[in-house]
Amino acid sequence: MAGYKPVAIQAYPVLGEKITQDTLYWNNYKTPVQIKEFGAVSKVDFSPQPPYNYAVTASSRIHIYGRYSQEPIKTFSRFKDTAYCATFRQDGRLLVAGSEDGGIQLFDISGRAPLRQFEGHTKAVHTVDFTADKYHVVSGADDYTVKLWDIPNSKEILTFKEHSDYVRCGCASKLNPDLFVTGSYDHTVKMFDARTNQSVISVEHGQPVESVLLFPSGGLLVSAGGRYVKVWDMLKGGQLLVSLKNHHKTVTCLCLSSSGQRLLSGSLDRKVKVYSTTSYKVVHSFDYAASILSLALAHEDETIVVGMTNGILSVKHRKSEAKKDSLPRRRRPAYRTFIKGKNYMKQQDDILINRPSKKHLELYDRDLKNFRISKALDRVLETPEITVSIIKELNRRGVLANALAGRDEKEISRVLNFLIRNLSQPRFAPVLINAAEIIIDIYLPVIGQSPVVDKKFLLLQGLVEKEIDYQRELLETLGMMDMLFATMTRKESTSLLQHNTSDGFLENRKIES
Amino acid sequence: MVEEESLRVVRCGGSELNFRRAVFSVDSKYVFCVSGDFIKVYSTATEECVHILQGHRNLVTGIQLNPRNHLQLYSCSFDGTIKLWDYVDGILIKTFIVGCKLHALFALACEDSVFVTINKEKPDVFQLVSVKLPKSSSQEIEAKELSFVLDYINQSPKCIAFGNEGEYVAAVRDFYLSVYFFKKKTTSRFTLSSSRNKKHAKNNFTCVACHPKEDCIATGHRDGKIRLWRNFDDEKKYTYTCLHWHHDLVMDLAFSVTEGSSLLSGGRESVLVEWREAAEKNKEFLPRLGATIEHISVSPAGDLFCTSHSDNKMIIIHRNLEASAVIQGLVKDRNIFTGLMIDPRTKALVLNGKPGHLQFYSLQSDKQLYNLDIIQQEYINDYGLIQIELTKAAFGCYGNWLATVEQRQEKETELELQMKLWTYNKKTQGFVLNTKVNMPHEDHITALCFCNAEKSENPTLVTTSKDGHFKVWILTDDSDIYKKAVGWTCDFVGSYHKYQATNCCFSEDGSLLAVSFEEIVTIWDSETWELKCTFCQRAGKIRHLCFGRLTCSKYLLGATENGILCCWNLLSCALEWSAKLNMRVLEPDPNSENIAAISQSSTVFVFRPSEPRPLYIQKNISREEAQWGVFVPRDVPESFTSEAYQWLNRSQFYFLTKSQSLLTFSTQSPEEKLTPTSKQLLAEETLPTTPFYFILGKHRQQQQDDKLNEALEDELVQLPLTENIPAISELLHTPAHVLPSASFLCSMFVNSLLLSKETKSAEEIPDDVSMEEEKESVDSDEENNFTEQVQDTNNTDLGKDIIHQLSKSEEKELRKFRKVDYSWITAL
Repeated sequence: MAGYKPVAIQAYPVLGEKITQDTLYWNNYKTPVQIKEFGAVSKVDFSPQPPYNYAVTASSRIHIYGRYSQEPIKTFSRFKDTAYCATFRQDGRLLVAGSEDGGIQLFDISGRAPLRQFEGHTKAVHTVDFTADKYHVVSGADDYTVKLWDIPNSKEILTFKEHSDYVRCGCASKLNPDLFVTGSYDHTVKMFDARTNQSVISVEHGQPVESVLLFPSGGLLVSAGGRYVKVWDMLKGGQLLVSLKNHHKTVTCLCLSSSGQRLLSGSLDRKVKVYSTTSYKVVHSFDYAASILSLALAHEDETIVVGMTNGILSVKHRKSEAKKDSLPRRRRPAYRTFIKGKNYMKQQDDILINRPSKKHLELYDRDLKNFRISKALDRVLETPEITVSIIKELNRRGVLANALAGRDEKEISRVLNFLIRNLSQPRFAPVLINAAEIIIDIYLPVIGQSPVVDKKFLLLQGLVEKEIDYQRELLETLGMMDMLFATMTRKESTSLLQHNTSDGFLENRKIES
Repeated sequence: MVEEESLRVVRCGGSELNFRRAVFSVDSKYVFCVSGDFIKVYSTATEECVHILQGHRNLVTGIQLNPRNHLQLYSCSFDGTIKLWDYVDGILIKTFIVGCKLHALFALACEDSVFVTINKEKPDVFQLVSVKLPKSSSQEIEAKELSFVLDYINQSPKCIAFGNEGEYVAAVRDFYLSVYFFKKKTTSRFTLSSSRNKKHAKNNFTCVACHPKEDCIATGHRDGKIRLWRNFDDEKKYTYTCLHWHHDLVMDLAFSVTEGSSLLSGGRESVLVEWREAAEKNKEFLPRLGATIEHISVSPAGDLFCTSHSDNKMIIIHRNLEASAVIQGLVKDRNIFTGLMIDPRTKALVLNGKPGHLQFYSLQSDKQLYNLDIIQQEYINDYGLIQIELTKAAFGCYGNWLATVEQRQEKETELELQMKLWTYNKKTQGFVLNTKVNMPHEDHITALCFCNAEKSENPTLVTTSKDGHFKVWILTDDSDIYKKAVGWTCDFVGSYHKYQATNCCFSEDGSLLAVSFEEIVTIWDSETWELKCTFCQRAGKIRHLCFGRLTCSKYLLGATENGILCCWNLLSCALEWSAKLNMRVLEPDPNSENIAAISQSSTVFVFRPSEPRPLYIQKNISREEAQWGVFVPRDVPESFTSEAYQWLNRSQFYFLTKSQSLLTFSTQSPEEKLTPTSKQLLAEETLPTTPFYFILGKHRQQQQDDKLNEALEDELVQLPLTENIPAISELLHTPAHVLPSASFLCSMFVNSLLLSKETKSAEEIPDDVSMEEEKESVDSDEENNFTEQVQDTNNTDLGKDIIHQLSKSEEKELRKFRKVDYSWITAL
């Protein structure tokens, strides 16, 4: 025989954003910490090694921040002009940065003065990066050239002059020490091989390229420029995989989540969008106060750091999940109680009888199962969706009046409070008005005995009157709109548009009478 | 080639199972219940119907085991006869002709007569009389020797009970409890306080049960009380105690048989209550049995209970209050809103079942396949409650989709409507809820239909409602990166001058949709949802609407409430013909152009839309008005040659009358077709299930296919009997670690399996198993007599050899096999 069937809780359509596992994940950050920098934050880079410090490039300084510090733990300020693109080496011990005057400086994290200076670019160097073998540096500059430098003897090894406009972004492959990619304002992204001294693949982005990103495997390349983010399949020789147009201003920065499953893009339209890297659909988006120039994610997505044009650095830390364990929990039964009898081997003449698994029932369902109707109703007066479903169920069982009757001042005022809160919502109105009528019928003889309850009734009355006025106004508007529609010439005489009328109207009039 | 017998209307299954208490066989293997003119024998273990005992010519009203032979069964019927059956073989043994309508039957162990309830003169006065059953060898015996026992009793057998091994009989009616003592030949009558008194207004007696060992009578009452009467042999000193749990009337009571220590009661709450030691606080419950408990019976061995329910169901319940089997017939006690449908997958008949359920009922096996819970809410059975009703249902896309509509209306303004769409899940082989639409319309939904065209790639559903709109629902892709999902959304809302939409119908190819708005039929293009044309005959509101099929697909038929059947031609947009017929049912055949219509005066017309002259007319098909009808495609086409019957070649027409009897047109009775499989089951059941059976049974099946190994087969078939050979049982029961080596045992074991000479004669016996499977029935009287003689002679020959090895029950089975075997030889 079928067991007890729990009450079906009516699901109402939820307005606004749909809750998915992604929105839960990306909303699980604390309120951002704002740090004021001296100028627009052009680059944020996390050290790949613990303790995962990050370097922030703004104006002529590079600040290194610790994970939770709001003050920089170190500052590099040996730049005569604006510094660009401070980037950590893979081991986290060296830092390289370009500058407006065309120089490139290499710092030791523990030191203060630059270890090496690479001179050779004639104009501002906007992008620098270490190659995979750690001993070379790639740089791109506004003089349209891309250069490869040797760190030990601080010499220029190669120069590529294939771009025809400013080179503003670049990135070295994490796997192959000879491969790197640069993006330029000439709308192209080129992949260079240090062994061939020319570009091996060139793709046309269509807009000035602001940011490029290679996937850790090196198979996919992401380029951002204009309003577009484009994903290229490098293994197919630079075939366009997908083109995303989700921002309405220039996309300035790109970043991958630590798992590689999500791609983030920041834009001048003050939004950060999160894409799934399997379907390339937007799964979440963040809003910021100003146009975004730089974006970085810490190890395990623990921190999101966003740099903006107004010089503000926004740092968001993930909420710690250990909170629940801090509560003193009841001691659980020992492990052996769970396996008790489970490991028993069936003997020859034994008949194995399985105990039927217990179905979990909500507390209100347990009450309803045992016909404790008032208790069931009292239990659910918090969330209106559940309450309305329970009231419906009690009504179906024909015991709603019994559940509402026989309450003292405190109990009835709880119910009245609930009604006052939710009566005016059209989706609950038909059920709640019925309940309100029953309450009025039951407690009419004793009205005037308790000032608290009387006050609640008056409140309810005022609410209903307000609602009636509101509905009347709505109807008037509807009438006007109908008039307008009627005057318009219609081609189809048969298909009429239905306008939403509030369900609560009829009921409201009834209670009024 | 089917012989051209005359076509007649026959009942097809769906007969009641809950008319009287069920009766168990002594070994609790079978349970018997009356079912219309038949008695059905069910196996308690497998829920299968193993026999249908047919022979009565009217409703069977009572059955009892023969107290002196546990393999026999008495039954009585309205046709005035008491019949004695051998239920193991399903053979009628004797018929006693009493001559008046018999309403109930009771049998006692100590006497050679049975008790029956008969109706004397006035319609409402019943008597309990005992009938002496004369001993005679003839088949039909007159039993006219009636002796009067009790007068003015209730017609129902629930109100009569025999107690304390037949020392007294108790009967209740209205406010009286009468007890008749057989030894003293006196009657005592106890009266409860009158009904005028408001407090006791409802203490009418409803049922009675007697303690099997003690002088104790339990009575059930309309107010839910159970009274236990003691000391009733003295009219002054009698006492009673009250047990009260039921809040509504007590439908039936039963004492547990063996010691009588517990009392079972049931009622409308559909909870079986067991009162232990007859005390108020010692109660056990078995709740949620699904429907009102009508009858309770207890097996003679005391290990099983059986409850019969108002939804045409019997539940076999184990002693420890665990339901072990459910025997479910066609649920019939409720209104049929959904009409009759055919599930395209299972070819099962689908209609309203238990409250809130759709039942899938197999027409071939007269058995419910399963119940689909549509409303999914706890069912509270209380008088006067307005329940959610399942009002509409439709299958679409070859059974892949099911749409259901449920509604509940307490007051004029408070209508709760819900439409649910179910998809067929191939993995679980069942329907799974896909989309739930709250308030799909603002008023009652009058019709819904799927577009069943073959080419349609997108499933489409149309609903019409009294709010003046029809809505088109389509399946849309609802998937995102997390999951794949489909859901139904409203695609189009149409209306016509604010008339109520009453019917809808898709044409066969799905290109046109016809929607009727009261008196007007509108035709819509299903691609663009444009109104194409309208038909109006001003002949009353349209009640039925359907398109013609195949060659007649250019016709549209509509039946109106004023009794006019119209046929429009869609090519010329004009009325083709019309006829004055007041239709109740208008049902197209999915396999042909034929359309069946049943008029208010219970006349069936079968016609093609292309010609107004009907192919077939039959008048007075049933006493009541037919309510619903459906064509069921046949698995194997029949081949009627006569022109009048050709419409039945590819489909069968079933219809349901107002009293919910399911009828069909056939040349033979469908009950005849039910037997072959059940016989087979019975035969297989008799084989003992030993470890050897499992090992060798497999061999046997394989080798039955292999005709070459027939000699070997004979040996193996016999082997199930070898469980009694001591060597083997020893081998099986000794733990392996104390046994000698296998090589040592091998020769002994093999020797024990060889056939010794003395058991040779028994070799034929298992052979008969297959023989019997092939044979369908051996009921003729001549053969019966003959086999009995043969059996006697055989026994003297073989008895000694076998009997020392076999238990008594097995011996009986062996006899049975022999009987069948020899009758088969005579048939040759």
